[in-house]
Amino acid sequence: MKRVNKNRIKKDPPIKQVKQEKRQTTLAGGTFTDKLIAYRDIHAQALFSSLGRMIATPYSSIMTIAVLAISISLACGFYVVVVNIHQLTGNLQTSSQISLFLRDEVSDAHAKKMSESILNNQNVQKVDLISKDQALAEFKDYSGFGSAINALKKNPLPIVIQVLPKNTLTDKQGLADLLKKFQQMPEVDFAQFDLQWVERLQAIVEVAQVFAFLLNILLAAAVLFVIGNTVRLEFYGRRAEVVISKLVGATNAFICRPFLYTGFWIGFISGVSAWFIVTLLMLILRGSVERLSGLYEGDMHLQFLGFSETLFLISTSSILGILGGWVVLFCELRSNKL
Amino acid sequence: MIHFLNVIKRYEETGDVLRNISFNLERGEMAFLTGHSGAGKSTLLRLIAVMERCTRGQIIVDGHDLNLVRESQLPFIRRKMGFIYQDYKLLNDRTVFDNVALPLIIAGFSHQEVTRRVRAALEKVSLQGKEKKYPLALSGGEQQRVGIARAVVNKPPIIIADEPTGNLDPELSAEIMELFRQFQQVGVTILIATHDISLISQLNQRVLKLDHGQLVVN
Repeated sequence: MKRVNKNRIKKDPPIKQVKQEKRQTTLAGGTFTDKLIAYRDIHAQALFSSLGRMIATPYSSIMTIAVLAISISLACGFYVVVVNIHQLTGNLQTSSQISLFLRDEVSDAHAKKMSESILNNQNVQKVDLISKDQALAEFKDYSGFGSAINALKKNPLPIVIQVLPKNTLTDKQGLADLLKKFQQMPEVDFAQFDLQWVERLQAIVEVAQVFAFLLNILLAAAVLFVIGNTVRLEFYGRRAEVVISKLVGATNAFICRPFLYTGFWIGFISGVSAWFIVTLLMLILRGSVERLSGLYEGDMHLQFLGFSETLFLISTSSILGILGGWVVLFCELRSNKL
Repeated sequence: MIHFLNVIKRYEETGDVLRNISFNLERGEMAFLTGHSGAGKSTLLRLIAVMERCTRGQIIVDGHDLNLVRESQLPFIRRKMGFIYQDYKLLNDRTVFDNVALPLIIAGFSHQEVTRRVRAALEKVSLQGKEKKYPLALSGGEQQRVGIARAVVNKPPIIIADEPTGNLDPELSAEIMELFRQFQQVGVTILIATHDISLISQLNQRVLKLDHGQLVVN
């Protein structure tokens, strides 16, 4: 018996045939165009059946999407805030101009002499003297406290000498040395770089930007996990279908397709919802921001999500959805040999 | 068509479930696989379906050495076989039509071809007109016939049935066996696992009997 079997087995066609037959099998049942149409139909069917299944379980779908939409809108909202602050500070250039605030007892004449001597310094390009009266007039104009200042008996403002260092002096150490030198003059109350606060603000914005970036990575991971888990639950819920499909010859690609579309839909709808949430929040905020801006005589307009940003938001969340599903299915199909 | 050569299947927990199984089913041959429960019938069928691989030995199905078939090629091997189960394994949330169409859709047949073949398969099992029903609205015998229609709709050269008449009365069982005989006559290789002795004696076909993992009657 065994011998007979052996002989027969040897006569069997070689194993290499599998590949050839695979091609034949996949091309069975019509022309290439027919195949293409059938393939398109499979995709369309998976696309809409997965959407239909989500609609069939509205509560769980809505809850999942709400969680994701809020996470995404958090990331997105933070990004928008950073962009807007950045826009605000971007208009203000950094400057290396130094302001010297003189002591109260220094007279105008002495200040004038002093500014002339400063101009002689080889590192200084330009010197502006702002007398107490000038400063007061300027302050009255810009601050809107005119009448309050009129009530003051004595001008509280100091004499200021604005020093613009030469362009050749660009390194921080040189500028710092110059500042120190001025600081040590007996007449100078204190000296500081103008707009130093802008630099500081910009540094803060930079920190916020890095933070926003890290936050976005975390939230993207959260989206990935939530969608992955949703797809995993659905995979378990439809386990019978997966097993039966496998038994009648479904490839892993065929089995995964509807689940990947589920991931896509969740990501896509969450992204769109997040866009609406962020836009709504900004519409609510717009009025107050513009009033604030008006108080500072600023010209700040709240920046909404632009077209490319919206596109990026929605495509990223959709891709995260597919990716989350894919990771889970890859693991499930590997660990489950039916 | 189906060759087993010194096949051993060993599980770590239970030891050898199949011991040194060798047999050979020719094209168009029909055989019953029988034996007490736990004798290894289901395991043997699972090996043919490549839901599991054998521990030792060689299984060749339609020219393919199942030990050498890669995971990615398994679906194409499975399309050569139609599986029929005692519990039918139908998708209860899909119509009869969709259940039967599943193998064709998976294989990528065009819409017209799917419709044509599903109709033909349902006609073959006398279920024409029930396309739009859901499996649970059908009787056990009808559900089993849906399962058979799904197994044959792709015209596979091999049919594997695991206790296909287990839940059916003798009359329905006889009907279904008659169907199998018709398939056999057109050259389909059929392996039926059953312990329905009367059924086996009626049909006078080859019998493979398993006893504690060994083939005692061939």
